[in-house]
Amino acid sequence: MKKFILALLAVVPMLALAAGPSVNLDKANNDLSDKESLKRGFESYINYCLGCHQLQYQRYNRTFEDLGISEADGVANYMYTGKKAGDHITNTMPAKEAAKWFGSAPPDLTLEARLRSPDWIYTYLRSFYVDPNRPFGVNNTVFKDVGMPHVLQSLQGVRTMDEHGNLSEATGGSMTAEEYDAFARDLSNFLEYTGEPSKLKRQAMGYWVIGFLFIFLIFAYLLKVEYWKDVH
Amino acid sequence: MIANFMAWIEKRLPLMDAMNKHAAQYPAPKNFNFWYVFGILASVVLVNQIVTGIWLTMSYEPSGEGAFASIEYIMRDVDYGWLLRYMHSTGASAFFIVVYMHMFRGMMYGSYQKPRELLWIFGMLIFLVLMAEAFMGYLLPWGNMSYWGAQVIISLFGAIPFVGEELTIWIKGDYVISGATLNRFFALHVIALPLVLVILVFLHILALHEVGSNNPEGTDIKKKKGSVKPEELSKFTFHKQYSEKYDIVDAIPFHPYYTVKDLVAVVIFLIGFCWVLFFAPEGGGYFIEAPNFEPANNLKTPEHIVPVWYFGPFFTILRVVPDKLLGMITMFAAIGVLFALPWFDRGTVKSLRFRSKAHMINLTQFAICFIVLGVLGTMPGTDLANFIGRIATLGYFGFFVAIWFYSKNEKTKPVPERVSG
Repeated sequence: MKKFILALLAVVPMLALAAGPSVNLDKANNDLSDKESLKRGFESYINYCLGCHQLQYQRYNRTFEDLGISEADGVANYMYTGKKAGDHITNTMPAKEAAKWFGSAPPDLTLEARLRSPDWIYTYLRSFYVDPNRPFGVNNTVFKDVGMPHVLQSLQGVRTMDEHGNLSEATGGSMTAEEYDAFARDLSNFLEYTGEPSKLKRQAMGYWVIGFLFIFLIFAYLLKVEYWKDVH
Repeated sequence: MIANFMAWIEKRLPLMDAMNKHAAQYPAPKNFNFWYVFGILASVVLVNQIVTGIWLTMSYEPSGEGAFASIEYIMRDVDYGWLLRYMHSTGASAFFIVVYMHMFRGMMYGSYQKPRELLWIFGMLIFLVLMAEAFMGYLLPWGNMSYWGAQVIISLFGAIPFVGEELTIWIKGDYVISGATLNRFFALHVIALPLVLVILVFLHILALHEVGSNNPEGTDIKKKKGSVKPEELSKFTFHKQYSEKYDIVDAIPFHPYYTVKDLVAVVIFLIGFCWVLFFAPEGGGYFIEAPNFEPANNLKTPEHIVPVWYFGPFFTILRVVPDKLLGMITMFAAIGVLFALPWFDRGTVKSLRFRSKAHMINLTQFAICFIVLGVLGTMPGTDLANFIGRIATLGYFGFFVAIWFYSKNEKTKPVPERVSG
């Protein structure tokens, strides 16, 4: 067995070589238990993203409940689309027309954090730069030739790319770099939440289940020892 | 009153007799080790898959338009739907982990050798049906990896001369993978294949109990009737079907001794299983792949189309052969040679413990090649990956060629008459 593991270890570096490169992402360091951050993210999403990007699998009232927003408050201040609190978070953008406007229809983002990762969203939102060759005048280092304009430009300002591919500090935005990072983090946090609304509940339940199993293991083991006295 | 009722039943359907024959008075060698728990674990996972599958079916919608959204409905709106879904998705990967361990156990201790060839064949059929079951189940979430994974595998059949193209249309029920394909895969996944699977598992266990369990030393615990001194016989009572034909040594009844021992194994397994389930249900992107979080899109190909990890070894074998048809033949041959293992191995000593150094080396290189093939199967097929994959493929098939040669006149150690320890 030892020899087997040693032999296997010898092969591992070769496999790592075969895997190839990947993009570097900044860490969002999300905290799903930070409800204030989630609320800010929700609000920003409604204000800046929902016009184009639906959350068609997520319901308003579920979001209110999970984020600690009362239904009356939620309906009054967060619900600009939909008729009932139980509706999904959708918009009215016609997908076919949108595909003509942007090159491809803006995708639903309910599961974006699971499709790409929370860190990807965090980095993507902060990686737009000026590129006159693109239809909307911007490009993105994380998502090359993305069809999306930099809708948060008034907040972040503009960044330019030098000949070495490095991005400059943003200038001309209403937010400082730290404020904008926090803004992007809240959005990433909120989308991590919509990706899997039961995530915190799942993890909390996991401790109890595994705790129970460990206690059960003790008794199961003692039972085995007791029975096997006959055999030995 | 109850005793009378039980007797009444027993006369008409010998339930207690069957229980005794297969559990309470079934002679199991007393020296089972770690490797002998995976059969039970596979049964536990099978039950998990069936039960969670039934509940998932209650909320799942098998249509091209509704499938993806219905999964998210289960994840959000169904009470504990997320738990059911993760139990099922984690169970799929767990199934293959325990089945691969179970198969490797059989290879280490020669559990496929005479008289257990048919038992091995049933096991291989289970493995084959399990792969079909997993493949079809993977299409059902209707994610983009579901779609393209199915596309790649079904298109393989197109490489068959003359009938290939027609065959792929027949499988899909359409010219492309569509709702029609999804519906038939759903039918096969929830009814046809599970039914076959359960019947095969039943036959696997019946065949096992007919020839008896092997053990890590490969010694026979059933001796010729009258050949063992009475004081050396196992002190336990076994069912007359076994004890009337043989003198049974070094054995204990499966129940309660192995049921309580397996219970410990099941709990340890569940700790690992629940850890993944509650803290890493995506299994690092291997159990649920990231591209499957966007709906099937026939215009958008995922960056790397690779099947789920458990198909990795066979996918790599397919991919490293430059020709599509030859690749498919090689892949099916890789499964075929496993079926024929009892006839490739011409030896009579079962356990690795008493076989030659050559066998030890051969089995080790086989296991390494299998794992390497599996890891490569989850990666993009670069030149280096394909080069390593070809070597590992040679190692995989080489195992069967080599064993056929050296097993005929193998230098083995003497096998003890009785189970030691």
